[in-house]
Amino acid sequence: MTSTLDPATTRTPLMGQGINRIDAIAKVTGEARYSGEYPLDGMIYGWVVQAPIAKGRISDIRPATTLSMPGVLAVLDYRNAPRLSDAGDGELLLLQGDRVYYRGEAVAVVLAQSLEQARAGADALDVSYLAESHDVLFRADHPDMYTPELVNPNFPSASNVGDVDAALAAAEVVIDQVYATPAEHNNPMEPHATTAHWDGDTLLVFDSNQGASSVQMSLCRLFDLPRSAVQVKSEHVGGGFGAKGSARPPVVLASMAARLLGRPVRVTLTRQQMFAMVGYRTPTIQQVRLGSDRSGRLQALDHLAYSQTSKILEFAEQTAVLSRMMYATPNLRTAHRLLPLDVPTPRWMRAPGEAPGSFALESAMDELAQACNVDPVELRIRNEPDLEPDSGRPFSSRNLVACLREGARRFGWDDRDRRPAIRQDGRWLMGSGMASSTYPARNAPSTCQVQARSDGTFEVRITASDIGTGARTALTQIAADALQVELDRVELRIGDSDFGPAMIAGGSMGTASWSWAVVKACRDLLGQLDAHSGAVPAGGLLARADTKDDVAAQADVTRHAFGAQFVEVAVDIRTGEVRVPRMIGVFAAGHIVNARTARSQLIGGMIMGLGMALLEESLMDLRFGDYLNHDLAGYHVASNADVRSIEVSWIDEQDDQTNPSGIKGIGEIGIVGTAAAIANAVWHATGRRQRTLPIRPDRVIS
Amino acid sequence: MREFGYQQVSDVETAVATLATSADARYLGGGTNLVDLMKLGVETPELLIDVTNLPLTDITETADGGVLIGAAVRNSDLAANPVIRQRYPAVAQAVLAGASGQLRNLATTGGNLMQRTRCSYFTDVSKPCNKRVPGSGCPARDGEHHNLAILGASEHCIATSPSDLAVALVALDAVVHVREGDSARAVPLTEFRRLPGDRPDLETTVEPGALITGVSLPGLPIAAASRYRKVRERASYAFAIASIAAAVEVSGGLVADCRIAWGAVAAVPWRATRAEAMLRGKPVAIESFAAAADAELLAAEPLEHNAYKVALIRNVTVELLAELTGVSR
Repeated sequence: MTSTLDPATTRTPLMGQGINRIDAIAKVTGEARYSGEYPLDGMIYGWVVQAPIAKGRISDIRPATTLSMPGVLAVLDYRNAPRLSDAGDGELLLLQGDRVYYRGEAVAVVLAQSLEQARAGADALDVSYLAESHDVLFRADHPDMYTPELVNPNFPSASNVGDVDAALAAAEVVIDQVYATPAEHNNPMEPHATTAHWDGDTLLVFDSNQGASSVQMSLCRLFDLPRSAVQVKSEHVGGGFGAKGSARPPVVLASMAARLLGRPVRVTLTRQQMFAMVGYRTPTIQQVRLGSDRSGRLQALDHLAYSQTSKILEFAEQTAVLSRMMYATPNLRTAHRLLPLDVPTPRWMRAPGEAPGSFALESAMDELAQACNVDPVELRIRNEPDLEPDSGRPFSSRNLVACLREGARRFGWDDRDRRPAIRQDGRWLMGSGMASSTYPARNAPSTCQVQARSDGTFEVRITASDIGTGARTALTQIAADALQVELDRVELRIGDSDFGPAMIAGGSMGTASWSWAVVKACRDLLGQLDAHSGAVPAGGLLARADTKDDVAAQADVTRHAFGAQFVEVAVDIRTGEVRVPRMIGVFAAGHIVNARTARSQLIGGMIMGLGMALLEESLMDLRFGDYLNHDLAGYHVASNADVRSIEVSWIDEQDDQTNPSGIKGIGEIGIVGTAAAIANAVWHATGRRQRTLPIRPDRVIS
Repeated sequence: MREFGYQQVSDVETAVATLATSADARYLGGGTNLVDLMKLGVETPELLIDVTNLPLTDITETADGGVLIGAAVRNSDLAANPVIRQRYPAVAQAVLAGASGQLRNLATTGGNLMQRTRCSYFTDVSKPCNKRVPGSGCPARDGEHHNLAILGASEHCIATSPSDLAVALVALDAVVHVREGDSARAVPLTEFRRLPGDRPDLETTVEPGALITGVSLPGLPIAAASRYRKVRERASYAFAIASIAAAVEVSGGLVADCRIAWGAVAAVPWRATRAEAMLRGKPVAIESFAAAADAELLAAEPLEHNAYKVALIRNVTVELLAELTGVSR
């Protein structure tokens, strides 16, 4: 063959290099197009009308005034909305009846020729309700608290090894504490947006999501359509953090409205609307009990987690699941309880389960270290398991101890005086703290097509999603390495469900799962090229891959990334201000694909963890039943000034049991443990434990 | 959002006369608060009169050794002004403690004084609020109020003023110059904003349609060592949960004179006159500072979720006074 490849060339692998984002110029120049920016001929704008009651039913909708307003074409509500089939998500069965299940639920969409006209029409829409008394107060002793069968995504709700009660009763040292974390909202930069267009019975949507395949499947089920009749395009997405992990109301409302009008319809949400309609992190209450000998060796670990869900969809966060694999103990019990309330359904938010769960577990471990007078790093090393404590399965790789040691070295931890509340710098009490991080390293089936073009370039097509992570760049590097060509000879196309089913950008599984399909297709194509004599034909050569069987055939080992975080805090106990002058994270997360975007992901996670520790909190208004601080002035995420010195690194980890590229995901692990490390440091600074997040000024002031 | 007219004006007389032609017009400064509230439906003017082109953009020195700050002076320019920085440093510090660079480039001095509360119920038109809809009720008292008032509130309203600048200005005896119809009037800033009482919808003591033309600060030697301290939940870009502007003149180990004002504790920038009176003539000592703060806080009426502010404002007051007088804690 006149191969496009020259095997004799010594080629430096692109994987691992800190290559600039290949879409950076398009993004900073505005050329990159987001889902609310596609101009379609004759497009109509939809404005969502939200229920002002938390429970009850719509008694009447009188659209006459709205319909008489300039530019208004129609009001979509439960009386004229297309009927939907159940897609397994009660949040998507929109406008199907008169019931209202939570405040802020969509009850109508006003459709007009301009956004402003639609909004004015929505403001004027006359809807009457019969309100019923609602219950939105999350508490552990609520009589409706029940045990779910499974927790997200499909873990058993409870686990039990040995005899925890007996071991706790016999333990020399016992820690028994309750920790609480608040509801939090994902707040990606780009609000949810959909532009929908029907051509006969074929639906095309431009939608901001974390996985076009997943949204396509939901639309197919909701509208009873074959896959071939629904195309979802999501070329650029401005963040998600889980809030776009599956189809959310805007894509369904826009599709219904476009069906009703027979014209393209765009529905975009405001920041305020996002606080009701697209998910959030459940509040949790967690009881952690640790029993150990005097040297801190665990004899028992008991982790019980309470969380909330809605009345229309069971979402059971896996808050206590990380305790099943973290530390060695002969007696280990975890359990979950769930409370359905008249609230929107909580959904995934960056590291669901691990983020709040690690706050409780890693805080309790710090309390145990204090009780045993053992260094917190040493305590964790003493409890390092050989096998997964809950299941007895081997780890594909586990480098927690290496992260702990490297983090301690970089931080200068060994010189630390363990005593609390003895360091002062002006008005600040100074302290340091640490915590372990972990996140599952899973893979899900994906498909990919790679085409060799006659001009010597390659086109890779996969329904991946780049939500700002750099996945587009990472996958291009992976493809170029697999094809053994330079980056500029690979054109990667993503964010289009027509490219075939693929994993979402979620669960830290995106790049790992997609890379497998990309590598498999590229290898197949290389084989075709080797077998092919002569130039690549005008139509090119095509390879397709599906990793369904490969993923199913994976060995039964447990796969996780690990990390260790070390922080320094300054606390003014007279004003309650807590600052974090220094953060260090060291991670063992398999093969790092792009050093630059990986660093962004990891420090981004840690910064979100800083926000979780000190700032982020969605305040439920008990009287009205909604999250009150529903904008970025009221809901504080960390600002630049909150982030001082922050440093991440990773250890060289080879794991050949994850996927062909040795990748473990890094989208979420950065936020796991951060809040505990900061809370532990606040104890070290002040001598007072902070077991409720966020660590607000009023909780610190003395 | 209601459709609205927009008109630029180039002199004060036209501005005031134009406003009088409409039942529902507003002056538009930087728009950093008003436009947000229009998007939320809280403000629904039919006409905006842009006053940023009025000849009120200078900071001029006055005969008494003070300054006159034009109402249209942008926050950034105010904070960067050498006279302000030297003679009234708390003013520059307060401006720089607020908002963001972009917002300060737009926001005006007059507009800053007219900032409305950030109370979550006021900014959500789907809920009652006595300030927005008189008589509709105040859900904040039994609801979310962790950053609402501990001083000067009423059963009808517990809103706080979010302004940083006004706190520094009120501490340093600022006077607001307004144009009401054909006449000009000077109102001490201490009397410019109203406490809620039974009319929380009325926020100032000047006539409806009055236009702020400037703010003057008197020649005040004590102000040269003034300082502003702001406590907020994150390190930047957040409203205060407590703030203080203060200046102290010490003579022979005693407090000869002082100025103290608090922010984020009331619907108005709170001049702490009782604390000042208590402190004058007292020895420069932590005990004096604490006693002064406590004297002012005797009137405090904290609620369940904002009780922490009593300790907070007391602590930050003692801390700043100690800092200003070189007393170590």
